[in-house]
Amino acid sequence: MMNDADLLKIMDLLCPMHAVVDAAGRLVSVGPTLKKLRPDLEWAGKRFFRIFDMTRPRRVRSMDDLVKTAGTKLHLQFRDSPQTGLKGMLIPLPDGQGALINLSFGISVLEAVRDYDLTSADFSPTDLTIEMLYLVEAKSAAMEASRQLNLRLQGAKIAAEEQAFTDTLTGLKNRRAMDHILERLIGSGTDFALMHVDLDFFKEVNDTLGHAAGDAVLQSVARVMVECTRQSDTVARVGGDEFVIIFERVNETRVLAGLAKRLIRLLEEPVPYGGKMCKVSASAGTTLSTWNSGTVDAAAMLHQADLALYAAKRAGRSQHLFYEEGMQKDEPETAENGVH
Amino acid sequence: MHGLINRAIQAFVVSTYGEDRWANIMESADLGFSEFEAMLFYTDAQSTKMLRALERSQERALSEILEDTGTFLVSNPQVEALRRLLRFGGVNYVEFLHSLDDLPDRARLAVADLHLPALELVEISPGQFDLICQPGLPGFAFVLMGVLRAMADDYGDLVILDYRGTQDGTDQSAEVISITLVETDFAEGRTFDLGAHSL
Repeated sequence: MMNDADLLKIMDLLCPMHAVVDAAGRLVSVGPTLKKLRPDLEWAGKRFFRIFDMTRPRRVRSMDDLVKTAGTKLHLQFRDSPQTGLKGMLIPLPDGQGALINLSFGISVLEAVRDYDLTSADFSPTDLTIEMLYLVEAKSAAMEASRQLNLRLQGAKIAAEEQAFTDTLTGLKNRRAMDHILERLIGSGTDFALMHVDLDFFKEVNDTLGHAAGDAVLQSVARVMVECTRQSDTVARVGGDEFVIIFERVNETRVLAGLAKRLIRLLEEPVPYGGKMCKVSASAGTTLSTWNSGTVDAAAMLHQADLALYAAKRAGRSQHLFYEEGMQKDEPETAENGVH
Repeated sequence: MHGLINRAIQAFVVSTYGEDRWANIMESADLGFSEFEAMLFYTDAQSTKMLRALERSQERALSEILEDTGTFLVSNPQVEALRRLLRFGGVNYVEFLHSLDDLPDRARLAVADLHLPALELVEISPGQFDLICQPGLPGFAFVLMGVLRAMADDYGDLVILDYRGTQDGTDQSAEVISITLVETDFAEGRTFDLGAHSL
């Protein structure tokens, strides 16, 4: 016949985190792994509720309450730190001799293994804890490898976008493409005209009708610009509402002035968006490569077109001016732009 | 072949011989890219080209290079994760050997599309084992040799490994590695702390 000591030995192996409490709610013995969690504690004789705090069900206060939970899932934690959370189940012992409570870590097992330096010997071989730890580590390692891949792909995507030559909103060339084209024209000594176009009242559209309306305007503006120019010309969006048009082998100011006038007129036609009409206009400034003696410099030409554009804006907007020597951004304008 | 396997070989070459050597090998392999991604898939033809280029560059038998790769995977601190995952297999070397039967399943738990050949451990006598490695991943048995050797060191045991070739001499049959456990606790092994992994 098995006695209590034999039973406890079996319990130590099968359920190394069990506790036996007597009818008064005092601990009689605990399994080896549970003991390991508080190695300096003298368990025997201590009241179960002195060591553990019942978190669910809440109303369990006395040994009688505890015994009534038989067979249901208990949530408890150590009263002192580290307050490791535990799951448990109680089975009453025969003849009111107390109860057997089996405990396990539940989801807190990862911290517990670290906090208490547990090894596989602390778990019963049929316990799946070791497999779970394995799985957590394997998943973390696999996730890390995936994360690294995502980071590299993200970097590659950004690099590819930076290298792209197209403005994604309008389908026009972007500033980078414009730089390449200017470089090519200057390198081959080809004459060209450079027109800087800036929308007027675009900010008002954005502010009153929203960015989606602004985007619709920009797309419409891009279409107009492409329609007004030849296949061999370059239309680039170089800023929020700024555009540069490069006319290859065009030196005649009369042609350019006429084109600019037509362009501004077409840009002033309202763009319908969401039942409203978006109205913008444009100012433009143009310079010619032939006006630059010696080596033509892309930055210098962009600056000239920019000065002409500012002159056009100051002259009342919605107009086009050619660059003239001596043009400069005057003081109030620079101050307003915060440039010094 | 799974990116993880290609990437493991890349990690071994880069760590042992440097980035330049790897760049040369990949140039010679002429695959059109220079690095393998662990979480992507590559064709067997791509992996074979890389392995051939590796063999040419090292002027050593591929089997030896693969065995060194296996050793590297367990013993190099850079790839600590794999060593830890293998140590979950058992508290001592013999238990670890028995856990190899589950290795392909364990690998699949971690990375669902990673298929490793089936392994079977046969205990001939106490301390004497044959590990039967099914075909499907050419060279895997050599990588395993390196892993088995390094894991013995990890547990502090002394073993003799012998690659016995294929069971019936053809390329399509299973390969056999014989393992003789000479001495347990031969040396101080490395510690394995269940909770050392930071989450």
